[in-house]
Amino acid sequence: MKVSMSVNGRQVSGEAEPRTLLVHFLRENLGLTGTHVGCESSYCGACTISLDGQAVLSCTMLAAQADGADITTVEGLARNGELHPVQEGFWERHGLQCGFCTPGMIMSAVTLLEENDNPSEEEIRRGIEGNLCRCTGYHNIVRAIEYAGAKMRGEEPAPAEWENA
Amino acid sequence: MSSTSVLGGVVRRREDPALIQGGGRYTDDVKLAGTAHVAFVRSPFAHADVLSVDTSAAEAMDGVLAVYTAADVEHLGSLVAQVPVGALRPLLNNGTVKHVGEAVAMVVAEDPYVARDAADAVDVDYDALAAVVDLKHSLSDEMLVHEDMESNTLISWTGPFGADADALAAVKAGIDEQKSRDDVVVVSQEMINQRLIPVPIEPRSVMADYQVGYGRFDVYSSTQIPSALAGAIGKYFGMALNQVTVKAMEVGGGFGCKLNVYNDEVLVAFASKQLGCPVKWTETRREAANSTIQGRGWIATATMTGTTDGEILGFELDGIADMGAYSQNFTVAIPFLGVFVGSGQYSFPTHWKMDCVTTHTMTTDAYRGAGRPEAAYYLERVLDMYARKIGVDPAEVRRKNYISASEFPGAVSPMGFPMDTGDYETNLDAALESAGWSGLLAERDAARAEGRHVGVGIATYVEVCGFGPSGLVDLGFSWAEYQMPSAFNGSSLVRVHPDGSATVSIGTGPSGQGHQTTWAQIVGDGLGMDVDRIRVIHGDTEEAPPSIGTFGSRSAAVDGSACYEATQKVQAKAARIAAHLLEASEDDIEFADGGAHVAGTDSSVGWDEIAKAAYQPHVLPEGMEGGLEAHAIFSPGNATWPFGTHIAMVEVDADTGDVRLLRYIGMDDCGNVISPMIVDGQIHGGIAQGVGQAMFEDAVYDMDGNLLSASLVDYILPTAVDLPSFELGRTVTPTDINPLGVKGIGEAGTIGAAQTVVNAVVDALESLGVTHIDMPLRPQRVWQAIQDAQA
Ligand code: FES
Ligand code: FES
Repeated sequence: MKVSMSVNGRQVSGEAEPRTLLVHFLRENLGLTGTHVGCESSYCGACTISLDGQAVLSCTMLAAQADGADITTVEGLARNGELHPVQEGFWERHGLQCGFCTPGMIMSAVTLLEENDNPSEEEIRRGIEGNLCRCTGYHNIVRAIEYAGAKMRGEEPAPAEWENA
Repeated sequence: MSSTSVLGGVVRRREDPALIQGGGRYTDDVKLAGTAHVAFVRSPFAHADVLSVDTSAAEAMDGVLAVYTAADVEHLGSLVAQVPVGALRPLLNNGTVKHVGEAVAMVVAEDPYVARDAADAVDVDYDALAAVVDLKHSLSDEMLVHEDMESNTLISWTGPFGADADALAAVKAGIDEQKSRDDVVVVSQEMINQRLIPVPIEPRSVMADYQVGYGRFDVYSSTQIPSALAGAIGKYFGMALNQVTVKAMEVGGGFGCKLNVYNDEVLVAFASKQLGCPVKWTETRREAANSTIQGRGWIATATMTGTTDGEILGFELDGIADMGAYSQNFTVAIPFLGVFVGSGQYSFPTHWKMDCVTTHTMTTDAYRGAGRPEAAYYLERVLDMYARKIGVDPAEVRRKNYISASEFPGAVSPMGFPMDTGDYETNLDAALESAGWSGLLAERDAARAEGRHVGVGIATYVEVCGFGPSGLVDLGFSWAEYQMPSAFNGSSLVRVHPDGSATVSIGTGPSGQGHQTTWAQIVGDGLGMDVDRIRVIHGDTEEAPPSIGTFGSRSAAVDGSACYEATQKVQAKAARIAAHLLEASEDDIEFADGGAHVAGTDSSVGWDEIAKAAYQPHVLPEGMEGGLEAHAIFSPGNATWPFGTHIAMVEVDADTGDVRLLRYIGMDDCGNVISPMIVDGQIHGGIAQGVGQAMFEDAVYDMDGNLLSASLVDYILPTAVDLPSFELGRTVTPTDINPLGVKGIGEAGTIGAAQTVVNAVVDALESLGVTHIDMPLRPQRVWQAIQDAQA
């Protein structure tokens, strides 16, 4: 069957089997391999994308269900060569190690900050509870999101911990 | 933002721009035209005779290219193991399967969905047999896991290392003799260090591309050991090493479970060669749980003997370790790593024995820490119980029994190993200071006065990592099965290009350690070159010199040292060229700010000019060869011995058993630090995995050998809400066995964390009479322990 959607601001369409998962459609048909598959069973969050403004797990949706949707993946966050503040935060505050959870984590953080650009540490932790990271212990992910929040509010982010050391 | 490349400084990671924009190239992202996809047929039984395998329905399906069974691959032999003690894994098994998830057949199809459908259509008839799962049951040999073996016990590791039976008995007798003294207490506890599933968020994935006519392989794999995989594939298919390239471009976490050559990697290569097309397989999460190695799995009794005033007279450990059904890369060697650190930071006599037994479960092997977290757990748990019994501050009991700083260099642990450097007391003091120890205890007591169950736990550890020397191969620790003459070298090649940029190629693999950044820092520091001018090539056996990969906290200490030495060689030659160009003395040349300078003058020449000259032999000093590159192999003279002290504060809800981690303080000493940002990140992740074991994670097998926690619903990982922000500090005691003075930090957090948390929880429940709870400390178990103690 034919499915059409807007992905990262571009209208795309392609052939998908009725059982094709959205994440596979993005990765295989559209070649957008930034969205990762960590469990294919809705528990790790690696496949998180933004769909009509909501953070959703693209492994729990069929491509067909996304017909007509407006999707942003991690590839679509940077604009005109400029990183999204969340991407910048992850880079500046060492919010990633292996990077495999990172696209999903970043997409969750983007949605979180769109709803509340000044979250407490606890609100940040709750906001990314559905995204598993096995490398960072979440410590620097929290710092990265705090950095991004400050940037989005037009404030100077707190200095990095290792610069204080 | 600092952009300098001084060692110890902060450089934003160079790998990140790709990874934060979705550009990271992991194995499953690789697309080649005409790729076929694999699905495996796996045993649903832990122990069963395979009566028949009917592949006809699967073969008849549209889009199925081939279905392979054991008969097709028998000629390749079984999977190799570095320490080949125990049964080796068949590539496919159509005889008697030995664990749930064992591969019985392999389907190759044009499409991954079709491959899975076809795997379901393979009809296998099994005759289920009783399974051996429990460790004590296995040890009894009442029933054998492998009918052709005499015993389920594969090997017993004892300590002190190198002691014969008489010497071991003498150590034991010496400790026993003290037990009858009036001023001596003996504390003993059986404890479980449960099995864990490593769970990197990236599932394992492999793609093999056999190039028909060229007769060579390109293999892409999410492996920590590309050179070993290349060696193994070369061996299986009778190909020279120069005909096999393995690329591990980005690896989404390893933690030891990608430190294996797996049967699926060999089988995917086999299929590619048979079919003449690229073939790919990516494991599902459930397959990862059942068919990728697991870790830990010990049950042991720890006994501490000491005086009532805190002088410890002996520590004994006696237990059983679960090897699973087959021995893979390091399987039986993992508990041996525990022998190295069996006596921790301490000087008391230690008697240590672990029986390694086989069971009808998935293989165990190296999971972050590998033998060392287990050893540290038992030692530090029972030490804490002893301190509690005699009523002495647990920090002070530890201090009293340390190997003192004055014994370094030259200290030999009670387990018989020469250690590099150490200063445990300074580290302990720093940890206590950082935590505000007495204030912390007062805070705990105040909370308790309000009826809250708050606890403080402390634990120390010694790690052993960055293994060498290369002569260990003579003790049987070689990687010969993978065509690696020695596992204990680092290897690096540094090349300056004609435009004055540089490339360092190195045998490590990427799985989150920031090597793109660290290696560039080492080279940049030595050559006075901006890190942005330095490219790092790793995880690629075609481009990088052979080395064994990234694991065992070895990369900086071993390959990093090779990188340093290669840089020194390049620097030495460049100094001669620069001296010649500047008409100065070679001894006055210094490298900084993108070129060479004559000390004390403003005479300088940039890397562009030095490099240009290097490729113009006629302008070089008389007799000098053209080119500017150097290779170095570094073989460490010993392993390194990092150490640390961790402190945790917890609160337990006694009504529900719920444990909340309030504070976590880590004081680690990994010698010199190249990148504080990356080192702290490694500790954060390491602690999270140790806390995961303490509080959440458990690979549970039922008595029939079914893994009950094969999905992420049942195998619980810590989430962001389960962990606090960590409070880290460090002491710096450089090692003397490598030129960088670095020890390694990949596993330290994990080695230190689990017992710290459990000690804190037991402290919190002291007034309720709880003295021990086996991990993981999930609410149900904590609640039950409280009920039992109250009963
Ligand atoms: S891959 Fe979708 S939640 Fe794990
Ligand atoms: S950075 Fe590796 S899983 Fe999060």
